[in-house]
Amino acid sequence: MAEAVSDLLAPPRRFPVLRRLARHRSFRVGFVIVLVLLLAAIFAPLLTGFDPTAMRARLRFRPPQAAYLFGTDNFGRDVFTRCLYGARLSLTIGFGVAVLSGVIGAAAGIASAQFRWLDGAMMRLMDGLMAFPAIILAIGLAAAMGPNIGSLIVALSVAYIPRTARIVRASALVVRELEFVDASRVAGASSLRIIVKHLLPNCMGPLLVQLTFVFAYAILAEAALSFLGIGPPPPAPSWGNIIAEGRDQAVEAWWIMFFPGMAISLATLGMNLLGDGLRDVLDPRLKVET
Amino acid sequence: MKLRVLRRLVLRLGQAVPILLVVAVVTFFLMHLLPGDPAAIIAGPEAGAEAIEKIRHQLGLDRSLPEQLALWLFHLAQGDFGRSIVLNQSVLEALSERLPVTVSLTVVSFAITIPLGIVAGVLAARFRNTWLDSAVMFLALVGVSIPGFWVAILSVILFSVTLGWLPASGYAPLADGVRPWLLSLLQPAAMLALFQIGFLARMARSATLDVLDQDYIRTARAKGVSEWRTIAKHAFRNTLIPVVTATGIILSLLMGGSVVIEQVFALPGVGRLIVQAILTRDYPLVQGTLLVLAFMFVGINLLVDVIYTWVDPRVRYG
Amino acid sequence: MTAAPLLSVRDLTVEFHTDAGWLRAIERVSFELMPQEALGIVGESGSGKSVTALSLLRLHAGSTTRMPSGEIRYDGLDLLTLPARTLRRIRGGEIAMIFQDPMSSLNPVLTIADQISETLMLHQGLDRAAARRQAIASLDRVRIADAARRVDAYPHQLSGGMRQRVMIAIAIACRPRVLIADEPTTALDVTIQAQILDLLRELQGELGMSVILISHDLGVIAEFAQRVLVMYAGRVVEQGPARALYRRPMHPYTSGLLAAIPPLDADVRRLPTIPGNIPDPSQRIDGCRFSPRCAEVQAACRATPPDLVSVGVDHLARCPPRLARLEEAR
Ligand SMILES: Nc1ncnc2c1ncn2[C@@H]1O[C@H](COP(=O)(O)OP(=O)(O)OP(=O)(O)O)[C@@H](O)[C@H]1O
Ligand SMILES: [Mg+2]
Repeated sequence: MAEAVSDLLAPPRRFPVLRRLARHRSFRVGFVIVLVLLLAAIFAPLLTGFDPTAMRARLRFRPPQAAYLFGTDNFGRDVFTRCLYGARLSLTIGFGVAVLSGVIGAAAGIASAQFRWLDGAMMRLMDGLMAFPAIILAIGLAAAMGPNIGSLIVALSVAYIPRTARIVRASALVVRELEFVDASRVAGASSLRIIVKHLLPNCMGPLLVQLTFVFAYAILAEAALSFLGIGPPPPAPSWGNIIAEGRDQAVEAWWIMFFPGMAISLATLGMNLLGDGLRDVLDPRLKVET
Repeated sequence: MKLRVLRRLVLRLGQAVPILLVVAVVTFFLMHLLPGDPAAIIAGPEAGAEAIEKIRHQLGLDRSLPEQLALWLFHLAQGDFGRSIVLNQSVLEALSERLPVTVSLTVVSFAITIPLGIVAGVLAARFRNTWLDSAVMFLALVGVSIPGFWVAILSVILFSVTLGWLPASGYAPLADGVRPWLLSLLQPAAMLALFQIGFLARMARSATLDVLDQDYIRTARAKGVSEWRTIAKHAFRNTLIPVVTATGIILSLLMGGSVVIEQVFALPGVGRLIVQAILTRDYPLVQGTLLVLAFMFVGINLLVDVIYTWVDPRVRYG
Repeated sequence: MTAAPLLSVRDLTVEFHTDAGWLRAIERVSFELMPQEALGIVGESGSGKSVTALSLLRLHAGSTTRMPSGEIRYDGLDLLTLPARTLRRIRGGEIAMIFQDPMSSLNPVLTIADQISETLMLHQGLDRAAARRQAIASLDRVRIADAARRVDAYPHQLSGGMRQRVMIAIAIACRPRVLIADEPTTALDVTIQAQILDLLRELQGELGMSVILISHDLGVIAEFAQRVLVMYAGRVVEQGPARALYRRPMHPYTSGLLAAIPPLDADVRRLPTIPGNIPDPSQRIDGCRFSPRCAEVQAACRATPPDLVSVGVDHLARCPPRLARLEEAR
């Protein structure tokens, strides 16, 4: 397994960064975890014969056994199947939040660094948003926009934009002050050109690292929001709402909430390991996560 | 020296004002996104259109948005955070009942987090690349990777349902004695702390490693200072500087996490209040609570800043 | 030169663990330090001077460093095998060290008093009050005006030259027998450099210390040291009395360094430099490590690594062609 993966990861010699990543132990472990979960989500229909939402009253509360690996829930649905399909929703949310908060956060951060007249107002806005604990802000927004996946993604993105914007701004400011950027500014390069040629490339490392952690946070937050009843609505399974539904039977039928929790932990662990690896390789300066 | 600290404090207070304003405005617009008509909710299901209109007028909802915003800020400036629709209490009254619970939870959790996180991180750094480092860092990684409320439920099944050692839910006020208070909070606070301990341990480790790489640590070793003393005296206070900066984040995380943990342990705190308020569409209450929480957080950061001044002489003496 | 050396280093080899495996930073370095002697170590950046100096007190990170060969004798002890506790008594007490960058070598969160007193309490068992008095005396000795007040300052409140004086005050507080100064003036501007070097020379006399001064500037070394060690790419290429080296360098690298000394009066804009760069420890070079940059290179130089051989009284060098020419001339 390990060898197959390192073969898979063996990149062309031209990319020293990829080579170093491929050698990084926690990156490799994280990569394998995330890959396995991703494949499980994509090929869910091939991995299980059950329907994640079909209820079968006769089969309620079966403990884990060969036919039902993770047992069945109070509607007789196969928990293993629901976890597989739940991976689709949970990973989509994680990915969506990472992309959306990444794009907006990067845009805000770079704009702040490039257009100094914007900086003060932008950073005060970010400070203001950061004054709310992220999860509480997300709860408020998600509740305001109604219970659906789109609003959940938007709500969580807004919560994580400020930190992303700050990180991007900080790295953009570093390059902005460098001489060659000054030179090209004096030579009459447009703002857009400076942004695309100089600022953006320098921010990619720290941004990527941050987004990996945002992905992890988003998966955890989806679960927490579902638990509070503000997550993706049933019956479509997400890891969070499987736990939420299984909570009342936690004592008698522990398996309903146990396995999706393990899935969340595994996914988050994988993303965190990926992020640690990326940070070590791409951004040795950024040691302290925010 | 005193003067510098004071000046810095005043400066920070000045910087906090626009943040508070942004917080107020953000909260205002957040709540105007909420679906549903608060006037209709207050009037009740049987009320006619006329009655609803009257209430809308009373609440000022028939005015233009800028007018409403101005009014809201005007009330805030007088310390009026609004009235809950469902509880028929002012927001501040409702909060003052719940705040002690949440503050207790956060304080106990903080008290668990800080020493454990720092000690774990410093130990891992001291014994870097040994099995101890790997073990501590693996646990820290697990801490930041598992959903706290899920572990909390598992923990209740083990310690409360099966073993019966700790109460599964409920809050005993401090007025009833320290022991029951602490017992009621121990499990929730520990579960709440898991994430933050992992977070802080990872941070403290990398901060310590950073510091141990510095030239002045080599100077200390060259003076004949022992390894432990080097860490305790020369590295630790420098490690504290980034750690103090992180306490703001930690408290924010604790406040956010308490919302979920209060739900698991049925603790009647601010977190439960805000979730109920959202589910019942009690929008002035949501608005007011969010605002108070954000204000508290800004205040905490001010405090962190003062502590920072005390730890780092470069700031203290400019 | 009949007295016994105070410190003697024999065949010291140091390797570091890096991404590319174990790299040899210095190889078979040997030298002796006599009581009250001033020894200079000179070489370009990356030649292994600091690695050598830090090895003397075993200040390298333990887990990524190994020493396949070598012995460091001080006062009848082998510093490389000494138990940590005994070694700590020597560090700062018997052998003290100051570093290149005074900006980062002092602890930013401790006062000067704290940082000087610590050595005194550790090695001389003084109590806090006595240590503080001694700390002030030590600051006086390094010519810091108003020592009684400055002692309570934090490092960031002092200028660079002042901080280096504080570093020296810490180093000499316990009256060590050996002071190792690793490029103590490189980070400072020129006028202050001269002051610091003068101070070191005076202190050496006052306290009767042996000093190892490290620099990449042979001019500085020539003024300060009685004997000189020239290092290149981790090896000693020439060593001997400063005078001999100065008058008749027996290695082309030493000649290059000499040519690079800025004359006091001349136009410094067109100073000759040695072409090329010092090789990285990971680079493989057959034969003499200097041969790729050497103007006098011969075919044999690229084939076999030359030995360090005697070329005069107390004078060793690692360049067979020059030795051959010398013998011819005789
Ligand atoms: N801890 C270390 N790990 C890996 N390589 C090292 C380490 N310390 C030194 N080196 C390498 O050993 C070589 C010699 O370094 P050293 O610091 O002794 O040079 P130097 O002569 O003191 O130069 P400078 O004038 O720049 O101080 C360099 O190539 C350096 O990269
Ligand atoms: Mg050096």
